[in-house]
Amino acid sequence: MVMSPEAAPVAARLEEIPANLVTKCPSCNTMLVTKDWLRDLKTCARCSHHFRLGARERIAILTENFEEWDAELAPRDPLQFPEYLPKRNAAQIKTGAKDSMLSGAATIENRPIAIAASDFDFMGGSMGSVFGEKITRLFERALDEKRPVLTATSTGGARMQEGLMSLMQMAKTSAAVARLREERLPFISILTDPSMAGVQASFASLGDVLVAEPGAMIGFTGARVIEQNLRIKLPKDFQSAEFQMAHGQIDMIVPRAKLKESLAQLLSLLLD
Amino acid sequence: MLSRWLHLEQPIVDIEEQIDEIKRLAATENLDQSTKINRLEERKRDVMRRIFSDLSPWERVQMARHPKRPYSLDYIGALCSDWVELHGDRAFGDDGAIVAGFARLNGRSVAVIGNQKGRDTKERQLRNFGQPSPEGLRKAGRVMEMAARFGRPIISLIDTQGAACSPAAEERGISEAIAHSQLLMSRLKVPIIVVIIGEGCSGGAIATALGDRVLMLEHAYYSVISPEACASILFRDPARAAEVSGQLKITADDALRLGVIEEIIPEPLGGAHRDLKGMSAALGAAIEKHLSALEALSPEELLEGRYQRFRKLGDLDDPQVATAHLNGTPV
Ligand SMILES: [Zn+2]
Repeated sequence: MVMSPEAAPVAARLEEIPANLVTKCPSCNTMLVTKDWLRDLKTCARCSHHFRLGARERIAILTENFEEWDAELAPRDPLQFPEYLPKRNAAQIKTGAKDSMLSGAATIENRPIAIAASDFDFMGGSMGSVFGEKITRLFERALDEKRPVLTATSTGGARMQEGLMSLMQMAKTSAAVARLREERLPFISILTDPSMAGVQASFASLGDVLVAEPGAMIGFTGARVIEQNLRIKLPKDFQSAEFQMAHGQIDMIVPRAKLKESLAQLLSLLLD
Repeated sequence: MLSRWLHLEQPIVDIEEQIDEIKRLAATENLDQSTKINRLEERKRDVMRRIFSDLSPWERVQMARHPKRPYSLDYIGALCSDWVELHGDRAFGDDGAIVAGFARLNGRSVAVIGNQKGRDTKERQLRNFGQPSPEGLRKAGRVMEMAARFGRPIISLIDTQGAACSPAAEERGISEAIAHSQLLMSRLKVPIIVVIIGEGCSGGAIATALGDRVLMLEHAYYSVISPEACASILFRDPARAAEVSGQLKITADDALRLGVIEEIIPEPLGGAHRDLKGMSAALGAAIEKHLSALEALSPEELLEGRYQRFRKLGDLDDPQVATAHLNGTPV
């Protein structure tokens, strides 16, 4: 895959990285040459394990000409929930972002689109008020500007530290998808590892097409919770993209290197 | 059966037992003990007032889960006539955790959907504690869609600790079922009144809680996650649920302050389970009031109002907006 200039966050580092630096694949334990691993868009050449991407990296490998929307929206602490502020401050320092959701305008093979990606490094990519508001504005603005919508989720679900405010984002974002459906504008939901709980049970499941990355965990209740509650043992591939594919819950599984091309193809089939 | 009462109700139950004992003796010895009984009744009311004017969030969770608490079918029975329950999602099965059908309420025909819990072990299993499976939400969706087609308002009663938690629910797409139910409800051109009658937790609750009005019974609770699950995640200790229940701001007062509900429906002294008739009357009156107001709106106004109702929920800083945050009132 040819990297776009905006893929700089991934590509620029290539130059600075010593050739002898290696990265261990957590799936097959292979020592990967970091430069090669980055060139492979953070996938394992041996077992094709897909490492998680940050929101900016995700948007960079999928689109060109990204222009961020609603960057100024910042989270509050509606419940005065214990330890929320320190946890969130740490996440802000770690990611350099105000919250877990990045959204904006971009192009994909010259077609203007609206795109959003969640960042798992920011409190597990959880959906609080800012996340929900940005997603809702993404759909509303896409409707205004007649842009197809792409979302890439990597999230544990709702942000419990925002309590009911976070639960309400499920209703709000689902209703926003319903509005988009009144126009002939595709919404493609890209499910990356992990796509769970309150996010998966709202807008992320409502794409016209659901595309997953190989091995991504996708579901509502986490496997560990089900195992504890029912005192059962679940197979290792439970809730994997392949499992969800076999159960008719998603449309396709596409390796990261082919993702952009697949999305462009889908958009073209629906719009041109 | 002492175990059927909550610890917090013990002082009330003690007085009730004293009254019963005196009544029994009075009957056998043929004595007039009415003064004594009246005094005890009065004391009981005082004790109840004291207890129920100051319930902690955790005590409210217990009230919402009270083994004697009325469930959806109890309210449907008390409020409606001509209840016809409909069954099945036309694809997989019939979920006992959700009841759906049509009935007459104050003369008008309405669709009612509700989470339904079971009373005994067998029924609890059949009902899966009111925790909806995908087929239950799809049944509800089918009935709600029909209601919209026939111009019938929808009453949705919420009483669940969450969606079904099982491999089967995951395999049949519980996420999609929850998501789709919300999408559907956001577009139905008939009034939708949601009432949290007991527990309202997580995706299993919001799945059928996207309405024009959301009301809560006084001792119900509404939360993004059950206090036990939250305590498990935060402290790896579900036993700290009591502490977490306060932090999560889940009482009806909290929900009203957060702008998540329109109204709290007061419960009879001692809770809904002590007076189903009184509770149902209050619930019926509240539904009637909101339905009448909503029936005056055009379908377009209804949909726009419902969209904006949820659209404004959230608490964040937006420098573009003069007011510091979008939600009505700070907490
Ligand atoms: Zn590997």
